[in-house]
Amino acid sequence: MKNSIIEVKKLTKKFGDFTAVNNISFSVTKGEIFGFLGPNGAGKTTSIKMLTTLLHPTSGTILLDGHDTVTAKNKVRESFGIVFQDQSLDDELTAAENMEFHGVLYKVPATLRKQRTEELLKIVELWDRRNDLVKQFSGGMKRRLEIARGLLHHPKILFLDEPTVGLDPQTRNHIWNYILNLNKKEKVTVFFTTHYMEEADRVASQVTIVDHGKIIAQGTPAELKKKSKTKTLEDAFIKLTGKTLRDEDASDIESLRNQKKMWRR
Amino acid sequence: MGPIYIMWLRQLKRYSRSRARMIGSLGQPLIFLLAFGFGFGHIYAKAGGGDYLQFLAPGVISMAVLFTAVFSGIELIWDRQFGFLKETLVAPVSRLNIMIGRTLGGATVAMLQGIIVLIISLLFGFRPNFQSILISLLFMFLIALLFTAFGTALASQLNDMQSFPLIMNFLVMPLFFFSGAIFPLKGVTSVLTIVASCNPLAYGVDGLRASFGGDSFYGIGIDFLVLGLFSAFFLALGSYLFSKIEI
Repeated sequence: MKNSIIEVKKLTKKFGDFTAVNNISFSVTKGEIFGFLGPNGAGKTTSIKMLTTLLHPTSGTILLDGHDTVTAKNKVRESFGIVFQDQSLDDELTAAENMEFHGVLYKVPATLRKQRTEELLKIVELWDRRNDLVKQFSGGMKRRLEIARGLLHHPKILFLDEPTVGLDPQTRNHIWNYILNLNKKEKVTVFFTTHYMEEADRVASQVTIVDHGKIIAQGTPAELKKKSKTKTLEDAFIKLTGKTLRDEDASDIESLRNQKKMWRR
Repeated sequence: MGPIYIMWLRQLKRYSRSRARMIGSLGQPLIFLLAFGFGFGHIYAKAGGGDYLQFLAPGVISMAVLFTAVFSGIELIWDRQFGFLKETLVAPVSRLNIMIGRTLGGATVAMLQGIIVLIISLLFGFRPNFQSILISLLFMFLIALLFTAFGTALASQLNDMQSFPLIMNFLVMPLFFFSGAIFPLKGVTSVLTIVASCNPLAYGVDGLRASFGGDSFYGIGIDFLVLGLFSAFFLALGSYLFSKIEI
């Protein structure tokens, strides 16, 4: 396993009796575009939270760029960037201020920060709205800003947790082109999750499919299709994970809405 | 421009943009100045206490600082629920620096709020001694710092705003009422003086009052020392708890 930038060994996460991630091991080679796929509730986001130091594993180890995510958190945090699945913007700041804030936290030099902010906000078509408060933005605009912000500092590893949910094909295309370019030019390793299988098929060089907290298949998209004797990655995915629907716990924002309802009563 | 500065700046920007919050949080001190200041004024004077407003104003200023500070700290819960906390927690910045920047920002906001109430109380007839205004500001800042850190420490242990009324009614209100902000500690039953002695805000109010030229109960040196120690303790506690947050 030479040149692997992410090394996961026997990773497990339990919440009480529930095992969200069950003894998974995998590695990601430097410069790869790694698709981490699975149905809702398969343990993708929990895995990403552990990979990005937000959660402590119950057992097992993770090395990011050679550093342990539990014992060398700060080193690990220097090596990656992330676009979260749910919102992580400050609503009370403008689009430009959100970018600025991120740039300062990630120590991007001022001139580079300005240059990239302009470039990225133009890509996601928010440059004209840069001085508007984020709370005035629609869901899609927030998503675009979120992605632009995640790309502001060029990290060694880029985590994208369902980055393109709710975006139109044009924007999705622009964003993926930028990411692929980053991957090619700066050898940024990309680790992403998505429910769009044709997207995974097109961009991923390696795919891992998880279900119920376990890895059920690994390989290139072509290998997976061949193994499951299907034509598309989507068919392969359904064949491997079955047809039952999954429930997920309410996300933060949903529980917040419920709470607001309660307050009103 | 460093991470501490940008965290500080964020708190200030949020504050300056929410006029409603700024004005809303002036309501309570105003009511206290009017209802207590003018309502009890003549009784207080008859009892030989002198001008009640001169006594009350430092207490009400402390109250404005206390409430704004606790709220600034508790705001961490919103950050958690609206997701912004994640953005700061994965950044390659030590959590200590994030906590410090945030707390300094919250404390600055609380202090500004205190200064606004000071100006309002001047309009009502409060006539403090401004010779040691710097010491007054220092006390306001220490109260602000202490209770922002206190709020942050609390918020790091909570997942939602459900317990917010609980905190206001069973922690913040008693802190205020048993601090000697609205009545002199001198001469009250010993139970109350003991309770006040355990209350960090009592030293803040006492020190602020002394710096404005009023009578001090503990002595300004003790006030400064105790308040400083409490601030350091809650800053350390808040930083520790903040560094342990998982999402």
